[in-house]
Amino acid sequence: MSNSIVLKHGLDIPIKGEAALQISKTVVPDIVAVKPTDYKGLTPRLLIREGDKVLAGSPLLSSKESPDVLVTSPVSGVVKEVVRGAKRKLLEVRIQADAAQEYVDFGAKSAASLTADDVKSLLLKSGLWTAIVQRPYGIVADPAAKPKAIFVSAFNTAPLSADLDFVLGDRLEDIQAGVDALSKLTSGGVHVSINADKSSSTPFHKLERVVLHEFKGRHPAGNVGVQISHISPIMKGDTVWTVSLLLLAAIGKLLLTGKLDLSRKVAVTGPACKNPSYIQAFSGMSMKDIAEYCEGENVRIVSGDPLTGKAVGAEGFLGFFDNQVTLLKEGTEREVLGWAKPFRTNLFSSSRAYFSWLTPKSKYAMDTNLHGGPRAFVCSDVYGKVLPMDIFPLYLIKACLAKDIDKMEEFGIYEVLPEDLALCEFVDPSKNDIQAIIESGIDLMLKEMA
Amino acid sequence: MAEETKEQQPGIFEKGGKLGWLHSTVDAFDTFLRVPGTVTKSGSHVRDSIDLKRVMIIVVVALVPAALFGMWNVGYQHDLVFNDLGGFWSRFWFGFLKVLPLYLVSYIVGLGIEFMFAQIRGEEVNEGYLVTGMLIPLIVPVDVPLWTLAVAVAFAVIFGKEVFGGTGMNFLNPALLARAFLFFSYPSKMSGTETWIALRHGQTLDAATGATPLSYLADGSLSNLTDASTAYGTTPWDFFAGIIPGSVGETSVIAILIGAVILIWTGIASWKVMLSSVIGALFVGWIGTAAGVTDVPAWEQLLLGGFAFGTVFMATDPVTSAQTETGKWIYGFLVGALCIVVRLFNPGYAEGMMLAILLMNTFAPLIDHCVTSISISRRAKKARFA
Repeated sequence: MSNSIVLKHGLDIPIKGEAALQISKTVVPDIVAVKPTDYKGLTPRLLIREGDKVLAGSPLLSSKESPDVLVTSPVSGVVKEVVRGAKRKLLEVRIQADAAQEYVDFGAKSAASLTADDVKSLLLKSGLWTAIVQRPYGIVADPAAKPKAIFVSAFNTAPLSADLDFVLGDRLEDIQAGVDALSKLTSGGVHVSINADKSSSTPFHKLERVVLHEFKGRHPAGNVGVQISHISPIMKGDTVWTVSLLLLAAIGKLLLTGKLDLSRKVAVTGPACKNPSYIQAFSGMSMKDIAEYCEGENVRIVSGDPLTGKAVGAEGFLGFFDNQVTLLKEGTEREVLGWAKPFRTNLFSSSRAYFSWLTPKSKYAMDTNLHGGPRAFVCSDVYGKVLPMDIFPLYLIKACLAKDIDKMEEFGIYEVLPEDLALCEFVDPSKNDIQAIIESGIDLMLKEMA
Repeated sequence: MAEETKEQQPGIFEKGGKLGWLHSTVDAFDTFLRVPGTVTKSGSHVRDSIDLKRVMIIVVVALVPAALFGMWNVGYQHDLVFNDLGGFWSRFWFGFLKVLPLYLVSYIVGLGIEFMFAQIRGEEVNEGYLVTGMLIPLIVPVDVPLWTLAVAVAFAVIFGKEVFGGTGMNFLNPALLARAFLFFSYPSKMSGTETWIALRHGQTLDAATGATPLSYLADGSLSNLTDASTAYGTTPWDFFAGIIPGSVGETSVIAILIGAVILIWTGIASWKVMLSSVIGALFVGWIGTAAGVTDVPAWEQLLLGGFAFGTVFMATDPVTSAQTETGKWIYGFLVGALCIVVRLFNPGYAEGMMLAILLMNTFAPLIDHCVTSISISRRAKKARFA
């Protein structure tokens, strides 16, 4: 059964540097890092020391809250360095990879023969439990929780994001095995959302034993949070889990081969990218390995998409959940009387206050300039136009600012993650850091509800 | 200037620098001249090129037709009575010289206070006053004494806006607040028949000459207006074109409609508020004629007084109007309806737009509260049955 849902609100940002559908490089692991900061709600306990030998799948960290939850090494090699930040916060575990990869053998299994506990313990041991994100709040899933359902988005709409049909289209078997395993963990089934425009051409409509949904619309139609809010909104007391299609394939591969394989096709994109295309890489890849893609000086390297990714720097590493790198020019140049010019043909605006709406097909070489100064909220109708959810974004944002828990609950804090309001932040003429505001609201909820 | 100073002596105007207490002022001029080079720190790495400066400048541009027409009309109205000008340009020049001091007072006093408060708070100067300062001279009688205007502007900016935290935090439209302050504190300068036509030194008006069409209609009868031996227009076309006495920028519906098109086209102001305000006014106007309270047709009410100007430029202020989309329909409807209610049923005031908008400004949060509460309980119900 499939239900088609049309989303009217949203915005596709026309940014230059979309990746061509070809593999331009295969990255050989050298220095690889695991970043505890990728996992929200997980306080890491270090299980190894510098100099230890690890295999792909060996545990590196465990969760202080829930010691069964492990973070494992994506490659085999030697622990080279443990990087800590302010207050000795654990930032990275860097591993010098071996030339030939060795894997921990978790044993190949057939999903059909496993019980829920078997699936759980396998995922916990292999470190792939951390692939499961629990909503509300977007934290690493609690192994003791009973989720209402599990949701997977099988298409991306974020700007320049990897084309999942290209990246994972050949891994349908892995994904099917992943679906079969995860469906043991919930009574509500595994819900997969596909792009209605490609409903027959996308390989993922062939998935079996899933509840299939079709979504049609601009970004953020591909965000799993937006999809959940239309399928079955998260209310107080509900728990649902989400998994990215990328890591669902990794879970399936673990079952089929018994190995933790975090290799992935990564889209290298952005206006400051020389040859926007895909590379064969893996979780924790060093950005030094793709330095040749950067065009010009002063480039911001983002692990993820331009709206929600993390700026990691030239020395940084690819995140656990990411299969996209965005290269952006730092916009430190100052434009004389920019805001007063009738035309700014090189800049994009979703509003009609500029004239970029006259050329809907052009793409823009956007940089990281804020294009203004931070102000109090003034315009009230711009945010709802890019958020296809049944909530009042401005009221939610203000409730988060006011640290008013009752109001946050009423206005839908359970339904959103910062990524869902990323477009509100993009279009905001008052230049507020809306994702950070929502994040602070979620952190407050986590603290107060614990 | 400010740009050069800042580049030659970096640091001096920054916080902690020698002239650090001027940093908001310097920053305001600096970012006025050049878009700041700040880059995104958290969240979305790329941002839309729109900012509040752009939003505000579009509203200012939308007000230009009304302002230019207003200047010409000041001269035209004067000429009709005294016949001492003659020619388009001399009328415009006369009006320009009359209106310019209003603008100078409005911007110097208002921006001065705005800069001072930004400085005290250590924030950047908000652009909101660019619009407020543009609006105020357009909604006052042209011969308003400058010192009362200065007092009103200071009152509106300080008590209408700054005490709440500045633009974005206020709940009353500051420009209308300035007008209300003048209206209630100096009633003799703000209504009646002696204020609407610009005079040269020593000139006086007789009572019949200076009245606005709306004041003739105050008892609800059209015949008053058509009987009046006024030199200026009495037909709907005159009201539409705006060649009648009134506050500086409010008379010409044509000039206001040009502004409305700009605002709606760019999406800066809400068309929902404008449309529902018109519907509200027509509705009450129709009731008025049907009940025999007035013989002024409902559509004619839209052309008179400050209705058009208020609907397009004042009721749509995004900060003080309702924030929810459903709320905007209700808010706009009530603004239009209340305006005509005051016109028809309140013998004391010929015009009701200012009072209608200010009253609805105070009720906008309540409207939003109801809209959001209903939506929340609807969601909760949906979840219970899901």
